[in-house]
Amino acid sequence: MNLNRTRAIAKKEFKHLMRDVRLLAVLVFSPVFLLGVFGYAVNFDVHHIKIVVYDKEQSKISREFINGLTQSTYFDLIGYISDDSYIREVLDTKKAQCVVVIPVDLSQKFYSRQEAKIQYLIDGVDGNTANIIQFYVTAATYSFSSKLSSEVLARSGMRSFLPLNFEPLFWFNPDLKSTRFLIPGLIAMILIVTAAVSVSLSLVREKERGTIEQINVSSIKTSELLIGKTLPNVLLALLNATMILVVGYLLFDVVVKGSILLLFFCTLIFLIACTSIGILVSVISDSQRLAFSIATSLTMLPSFILSGFVFPIESMPVTVQILTNITPAKFFIRILRAIILRDVGVYAFWDQLVYLILFASALLTAAILIYNRKEKNN
Amino acid sequence: MNNIIEITSLRKNYGEIKAVNDVSLSVNKGEMFGLVGPDGAGKTTMIRILCGLIIQESGVVKILDKDRSQSRKEIQKNIGYLSQKFSLYGDLSVDENIEFFAEIHNVKDYFKRRDELLDFSRLKPFRNRIAEKLSGGMKQKLALVCCLIHEPKILFLDEPTTGVDPVSRRDFWKILSKLLKDGITIFMSTPYLDEAERCNRVALMNAGEIIALDTPQKIKEKMNKQIIEIVCSPVRIAYQAIKRNTMLEVQMFGDRINVVVENYKLELPSIKKALTENKVQITDERIISPSLENVFMHLIKDAE
Repeated sequence: MNLNRTRAIAKKEFKHLMRDVRLLAVLVFSPVFLLGVFGYAVNFDVHHIKIVVYDKEQSKISREFINGLTQSTYFDLIGYISDDSYIREVLDTKKAQCVVVIPVDLSQKFYSRQEAKIQYLIDGVDGNTANIIQFYVTAATYSFSSKLSSEVLARSGMRSFLPLNFEPLFWFNPDLKSTRFLIPGLIAMILIVTAAVSVSLSLVREKERGTIEQINVSSIKTSELLIGKTLPNVLLALLNATMILVVGYLLFDVVVKGSILLLFFCTLIFLIACTSIGILVSVISDSQRLAFSIATSLTMLPSFILSGFVFPIESMPVTVQILTNITPAKFFIRILRAIILRDVGVYAFWDQLVYLILFASALLTAAILIYNRKEKNN
Repeated sequence: MNNIIEITSLRKNYGEIKAVNDVSLSVNKGEMFGLVGPDGAGKTTMIRILCGLIIQESGVVKILDKDRSQSRKEIQKNIGYLSQKFSLYGDLSVDENIEFFAEIHNVKDYFKRRDELLDFSRLKPFRNRIAEKLSGGMKQKLALVCCLIHEPKILFLDEPTTGVDPVSRRDFWKILSKLLKDGITIFMSTPYLDEAERCNRVALMNAGEIIALDTPQKIKEKMNKQIIEIVCSPVRIAYQAIKRNTMLEVQMFGDRINVVVENYKLELPSIKKALTENKVQITDERIISPSLENVFMHLIKDAE
């Protein structure tokens, strides 16, 4: 390794980056833009569920029940209907996500100490949301029901008594905000795409322009060339990571609970893995266009779908779980969530760091093998 | 050490194609060696092997008395290579391009050398200009300067003047003759025979093989034939008529044809007869001494 030659390559690469103002702007601002868009758009919190009520009885109890439902921010009362035939219509036209049907004999059953049934008709097209709505209405019905029973018991001089109750406590993300869970994934996805794309493009550009010939004729070593070329891009990616964290804090209140230093160290390891993708892509492709499409397709979708960013890996079929190892984002997201949300030390995720290093070495080895084979046939 | 480059039984195949087929030659120190031949003859492959960019199937290349495959590092320090496509960074300035190539060759104290090179390539007034804003000829001169910054002993040029305007070509040749005076060995490939005439020695390459190698003068003398040049129209009909009616070799050049003969006195009447029978207008006819072009076309025809 000769540091002077490495520095020469890095210096030149840096100049390229600074001169192409448009590309630089895209590289610097698109991550922040993506974060804004994703942060607001990808949100699994369900609030303001639109409900329509068909109150067949219109009694004191039924009105009390409806008031109870609509007091929370979870439900928005859109209106009432007075006939069965409207149920389909309000669900079809998406005026409501849930229709509450209160039976005509609610009070009568209550006073005769029989069980009355409230019917909920939920729009099941979006299964995820439907599940959450079901969870909310169950909880709402259960609490109203226990309130009623305690009133009845009180009237006959008895104290209400629940044999078991539960009190969940959510650690690390107490108010269960999904942005807090998503931002680490976003950081990983944005970094992997920008790092892999920029490294592969900068290497392939030399091939496309033929300048690689001049570099090869000099006494420069491949390691010097690769380190010199990737260094400025890695620094840029670190800058991106910092900006994402700052914007994540400003827009979404995501605070890094753990050590910033550890976070940057792990990010650096992850970027080496991303860079190895870029290097492999540059070996395979001869034009910038090809490199761009291979690099984006290798990084974008896997880091979105297979990384655990949005969909939990544990609930995937086993074959898909094996497939998830094609993206280093999977390992990095675990590390990020550990540092940002849980403030745990390296003991909790050292294995993920090992995977990242293994991933990078595997890809670099593949790149070297393919490169040597191509050289032979040249 | 007189032979600065020594090539023995060099071979390189691309699948079925024999790009370089058993080539042996040597280049003397300080000479300008020309590699001439049609497209696809294997010239670029040869140069790329010599520069260490591709590896031969078999054969030995010795540069500066060292084996190409064993002393790569030492050899790279002493060679410069100008590829067919000028490899410059369009977004860097003239100075920055030179600086980069100096630095990757690990040359630290390049400022004086840079000024010298800029001076004699007359690029000095443009030193802060971005390379892509230079004219074609200036770009090519800059590319040459970039391969010279580390003071190589041997310069490899692959068709350096293809696609360059005549004025820049003359400039370029002036620089080359200065380099020769400084004792640099130049190994160049060219499709232009007027350029080949200016080389100390020339090798004609065809289909991967060297079919002639000597000084331009000796190559021409060796042909030992006479050439009848006939300016006429239509040329194509004249070409076909002579080929049909005589057994002679005919070469076509734009508005004229050259006929290769042993003795013009014997052959001229039958040639003229063939032309008049086919209603070809003859504007001029004369006997010329063979040019390199005649010789090469003759040799390539023989090789086929």
